[in-house]
Amino acid sequence: MANIAYSRKEPHPDSPKHLPGIPSGNVLTLPTMVTRSLIDIDKHAAIRALAQLMLDVGRVTDLPKFLTDAVAREDLLATGLPGGIAIPHCRSGAVITPSVAVGISEAGVDFGAEDGPAHLILLIAAPDGQDEAHLRILANLSRRLVHREFVEQLVSAESNDQVAQLINGAVTRS
Amino acid sequence: MRIVAVTSCITGIAHTYMAAEALEQAAKAAGHDIRVETQGASGAEKVDDRFIASADVAIFAHELPVSGKERFDGIPQVEAPVNDAVNHPEALIARAVSAAQSGGETSSTRPRPVTQTAPEHVSSGRLIMNRLLAGVSYMIPFVAAGGILIALGFIVGGIHVSNAYGIDSTTKIPLLWENFQLGDNVWWGALLFWVGKASFSFLVPALAGYIAFAIADRPGLVPGFSGGLIATQVGAGFLGGIVAGFLAGYLAMWIMKVPLGKALQSLKPVVIVPLFATVVTGALMYTVIGVPAAWLMTALSHGVEAMASGTLVIAGLVMGAMMGFDLGGPVNKAASLTAVAGITTALAAATYNPDNVWFILMAACMGAGMSPPIGMALATVLDKRHYTKAERDNGKAAWLLGASYITEGAIPFAAADPLRIIPATVAGSALTGLLASLFRCASPAPHGGIWVVGVIGNPLLWVLAIVAGSALTCAVAMVTKRIGHPADLDVA
Repeated sequence: MANIAYSRKEPHPDSPKHLPGIPSGNVLTLPTMVTRSLIDIDKHAAIRALAQLMLDVGRVTDLPKFLTDAVAREDLLATGLPGGIAIPHCRSGAVITPSVAVGISEAGVDFGAEDGPAHLILLIAAPDGQDEAHLRILANLSRRLVHREFVEQLVSAESNDQVAQLINGAVTRS
Repeated sequence: MRIVAVTSCITGIAHTYMAAEALEQAAKAAGHDIRVETQGASGAEKVDDRFIASADVAIFAHELPVSGKERFDGIPQVEAPVNDAVNHPEALIARAVSAAQSGGETSSTRPRPVTQTAPEHVSSGRLIMNRLLAGVSYMIPFVAAGGILIALGFIVGGIHVSNAYGIDSTTKIPLLWENFQLGDNVWWGALLFWVGKASFSFLVPALAGYIAFAIADRPGLVPGFSGGLIATQVGAGFLGGIVAGFLAGYLAMWIMKVPLGKALQSLKPVVIVPLFATVVTGALMYTVIGVPAAWLMTALSHGVEAMASGTLVIAGLVMGAMMGFDLGGPVNKAASLTAVAGITTALAAATYNPDNVWFILMAACMGAGMSPPIGMALATVLDKRHYTKAERDNGKAAWLLGASYITEGAIPFAAADPLRIIPATVAGSALTGLLASLFRCASPAPHGGIWVVGVIGNPLLWVLAIVAGSALTCAVAMVTKRIGHPADLDVA
């Protein structure tokens, strides 16, 4: 019947309605895009290593171009966050589909966060288009990253498969 | 507290959304109501203007300029880099709360329009408008649900449901249970009628209460509802309710700002503000609003009685116009109650004579009370873009309410935009009243609308009079809605 004020137009961020037109089977990450070998390197090297994983599975076409874009964004404002997370990210013409490469590092990599190095590094790559539906997956993932328990699950995951499942599940679960 | 926030970042894919989520979590944990507009790469989902109008504070956690910033004019504002929202959302929320209480950080050069005549007349007018709309939108379900139940009561139980078994609204409600009969359609009709009446009785209190709520948040509810109830009691109708709502809201907001000792601070929203705002609102409603409303109603009733002995079509025209003026307020009641008193006296004194002026004026009043909701329902269909989604939904119910002589069905439209809608309802109702009395339609029934058409004299011409009046209401509203008015209110 009648409409009530303040009816929230925006669906819950985790709601599947938030993902219109997403091709099924289109996932953000794969087990092969997860690495645990980021040891004793600086953040630029970490970004390069994660970008290489994207190139290997064909999600990035042009590594130098992608790295220029990602590092430019990182140097503009460091992406280290409190709680041992870093989310280097960029939109780039060299990216084919929204992708996330995951680095888990016990020693940590300094991403400029005020409380120490990052143990969980997510390289987030978005294509340089206006494809809103695809970008929403990344928006949903970003929202999940605010939740402490989600980050802890990722860091303590026992296998790369599990990490990939957590990431891909985070953006589609209802 | 109500918080509205905008988040944005350079690439628009990560921080915008992390900030939004962090602010939502922190605000909820602290017990606040928050809406966040993410101005990121996947498109901004705009926060409803009505929510913005009722917000206590705005947070801009951004790296890019806020798009549509003028929407937040008049609200205390807090600015921060987007990372502050991601890293320390609790601190940012706390900053916003204290900014709301002190009247704002960045808006200190631009005070809330409500506290003084700000240089921006446009935005203060808009703010008042938004608060009015907020109140109306909460009222609509009461009107729709209650009105439909009352109409169903008449449909199921017939014309006598309103006084079946000697039940009246004050003392004899238990009679409803005592007279229960499973197979009795009058009983079921009476049940629907009284339940509908109960919902309907919140019409003006809900309007006033939620206008005050939109202004002052929870502390405004009690003075608003109380003031609205008093508006009903003193016969001031929905116009009195609007006055009560703004009075209660601004009073509550003003008292909230009075500094008290720390010990009393926590009692303020729960006890102190409701207490003082309610007593002042109530006193003013009983005196400053109530006394003139009662006087007006008496004076108008005498005027109507005098008119009834004059030219019949003039009386029909004027009473019709009165029916459409405040849709259940003192002017409307002066016409309809005088007509009801007229037919009651006439019926007591003699058998039914359709040539008695009071029966003719009763038919004119009933018709004129039916055309406003029907005309507005028609307008929401023919002129969609000038009505909000809530109004268009209400329009669907308004057909039935109008057909059932529940004039209040037009109140949501009139309350939201009185200066444009009241001329339309007055014009249409005047035409219906004029035609119905010209055709010498007559009604021995005081209520019931189209469902009592069987007892109406010259029923087809009576329906014609209603159709003509409804069409005129719709036509006038289509013209007035185009005068200095932005279309596309909220095309949802």
